Amino acid sequence: MNYNWNWGIFFEASPEGTGTYADMLLSGLMWTILTALCAWVVAFAVGSVVGVLRTLPSRAAQAVGNAYVELFRNIPLLVQMFLWYFVLPEVLPESWGTWLKQLPDAPFYTAVVCLGFFTASRVAEQVRAGIQALPRGQRMAGTALGLTTAQTYRYVLLPNAYRIILPPLTSEFLNNLKNTSVALTIGLLELTARARAMQEFSFQVFEAFTAATIIYIIINLLVVTVAGVIERRVAVPGR
Amino acid sequence: MFSNFDFGVILNSWRYLFLDGMTFTLTLTALAAVGGVILGTLIAMMRLSGLPVLPQIAKVYVNFMRSLPLVLVIFWFYFLVPYIGQWIIGAERPIQVGAFSSSLITFTLFEAAYFSEIMRAGIQSIPKGQGAAASALGLTYWQSMGSVILPQAFRNMLPVLLTQTIVLFQDTSLVYVLSITDFLGAASKIAQRDGRLVEMYLFAAVVYFTVCFIASLLVRRLQRRVAIIR
Amino acid sequence: MRLRSLLPVLLAGLAASAGTASAQDLTGTLKKIKETGQITLGYRDSSVPFSYLDNNQKPVGFAMDICYKIVDAVKADLKLDKLEVKLNPVTSATRIPLIANGTVDLECGSTTNNVERQKQVAFTNTHFLTANRFVAKKSSGLTKFEDLKGKTVVSTSGTTNIKQINEYNAEKKLGITILPAKDHAEAFLMVETGRAAAFVMDDVLLASLAASSKDPGAYAISTDALSKPEPYGIMLRKDDAPFKKVADAATAAFYKSPESKVVYDKWFMKPIPPRDINLNLPMSEALQHAFAKPSDSPDPAAY
Repeated sequence: MNYNWNWGIFFEASPEGTGTYADMLLSGLMWTILTALCAWVVAFAVGSVVGVLRTLPSRAAQAVGNAYVELFRNIPLLVQMFLWYFVLPEVLPESWGTWLKQLPDAPFYTAVVCLGFFTASRVAEQVRAGIQALPRGQRMAGTALGLTTAQTYRYVLLPNAYRIILPPLTSEFLNNLKNTSVALTIGLLELTARARAMQEFSFQVFEAFTAATIIYIIINLLVVTVAGVIERRVAVPGR
Repeated sequence: MFSNFDFGVILNSWRYLFLDGMTFTLTLTALAAVGGVILGTLIAMMRLSGLPVLPQIAKVYVNFMRSLPLVLVIFWFYFLVPYIGQWIIGAERPIQVGAFSSSLITFTLFEAAYFSEIMRAGIQSIPKGQGAAASALGLTYWQSMGSVILPQAFRNMLPVLLTQTIVLFQDTSLVYVLSITDFLGAASKIAQRDGRLVEMYLFAAVVYFTVCFIASLLVRRLQRRVAIIR
Repeated sequence: MRLRSLLPVLLAGLAASAGTASAQDLTGTLKKIKETGQITLGYRDSSVPFSYLDNNQKPVGFAMDICYKIVDAVKADLKLDKLEVKLNPVTSATRIPLIANGTVDLECGSTTNNVERQKQVAFTNTHFLTANRFVAKKSSGLTKFEDLKGKTVVSTSGTTNIKQINEYNAEKKLGITILPAKDHAEAFLMVETGRAAAFVMDDVLLASLAASSKDPGAYAISTDALSKPEPYGIMLRKDDAPFKKVADAATAAFYKSPESKVVYDKWFMKPIPPRDINLNLPMSEALQHAFAKPSDSPDPAAY
């Protein structure tokens, strides 16, 4: 094979002058994690609201919830990234657009918002499924106890639904984490982007990508382990 | 704000967008879906085979692919496939793999991990008694899989497989990172050449949305029909 | 099987073995081309006017023309009646791995020939010389690299340019945010839409991108440069002396011939597609010298 292997490359200084190639990959990892966590906060909040909307008795609320899910699920994430990053500032009033474009770390904020809204549609689907999987009696019991709809959701339905959907939420979280790599197309310096940059600067394609691959697998294992612990902690006793 | 929109740019380039771009996207989606389902079914069978080692290999493969971002996998395979080909056929130099074949291999191998999970659930949904009945009738493993279990599993899982294919259709847009002319690649090349990114990206979004929305409506209708027959 | 039906098979087999016998003297890329009857050229999206897409989205440009000269030479050298040319898109980031893994045989674009890259790939004779500068909107008032302090700038990933601006930023501690873009058009778009204050790239590419933009007058190229004019070369696989010999001979003959001036003028002194813009860049003295004495040296001082 016509290739010069050099596993020591990770300890050589990168041309960015901020440390070695290993540091470069680690900084990518930090951005990946930070983006994934912030996007998850958005996704969880928005997704819960939309998911709840879809289970409310009001037809209008259901329609809004369904429209949201259809819109964000049926456009590829990469296209959504471009819409947020390139198109949005152009269709806003000029001063807002300029402000948006000149935000420091604009790719980061864009990625968080875009991924957050995208993942929210998937979280909403899980939340809806979780609520609908609960026995109908729970909602009726809430009403019989004199709870308002909001109280029924807050104290009865949601706590149960979240417990049921924890495993699918974990896999959505992992998808969300992996999807941060799509943001490299708008200049986010996350792990895949850094591995690619390392490949470009050092020409060591296979070393760079192998390192990134191993890092992704470790994060996955960590998330799965942590989710398992949480699942056991919050399990409803006796079920 | 929409007053200085130039929709003419879409009219002028529709042949390139659809005949070059969309054709690439649809061909890639269709072939990768077929390849992915076949390979995925084999992986699911390995996983449920109860033989030594094979289930572990299948599990490691599936978990490995599912841990990695597709973008990274796309880069990996674009650079690696020629060497793998060289290794497999024992050639003296890396075999030449074009952009389309390389993407096809990437998506087939990547999506097989996802399809295999669906097929695994499908196979497990068939009562064990059927497999037992088949072997009681003297059918071999392959006969009972081929004519008893898989047809039912496939049919039960068809809506899910098709939904995953819609996801695959959207995912193919990621070949953008390799400058390949799929539908989005074509749209972005026009957008950048003519400085008309607002129009082109919005148009791309509308097209993707329309295709995926209609496809998912059809899948839902199919799902209801399959459900009634059962 | 009767003899009459066997005969053509035998003959075909003989012909095939005769074909491979002559191919066996060849090695590397030439052997592959002989066997497959195909050669694959890597082209760029937006390296105007070296290698980019015209109105019909077909790759054209100065470097493409040079590559077709090499293709002709290969065809003649191998005595092939027919040589199919396949085209494969590459980006700054993918071009080197794709050359190494055999996806493309010749990369026709604007690739800087330097010592570091020569560890991975080889280059034929230099076809252009260009320095690393930046383009910014005139209204921003940015004219020197020092002015970029604290700004967000963009450069194309996988280029020597992004490496140099990173090194410069680290050395001078300017706190510049450097965004990587997939290709030159995307990077220029970042400046056009105000996402980045400046685009750091080879000056010739910047001039072409600005000239073909919606408002050419709005952009200015920096007065200072981060590098001396560095050589561009057509890229090919390393350690493939016979193929390089053919490519070197073909390019040397072309550069020394009067035809090279005509082809140069076609791309740099006349209106070019897709929008009939004239770049008006007369051949520099250094390039005239490089064409008179073709060289594949990576050293800028050699020109």
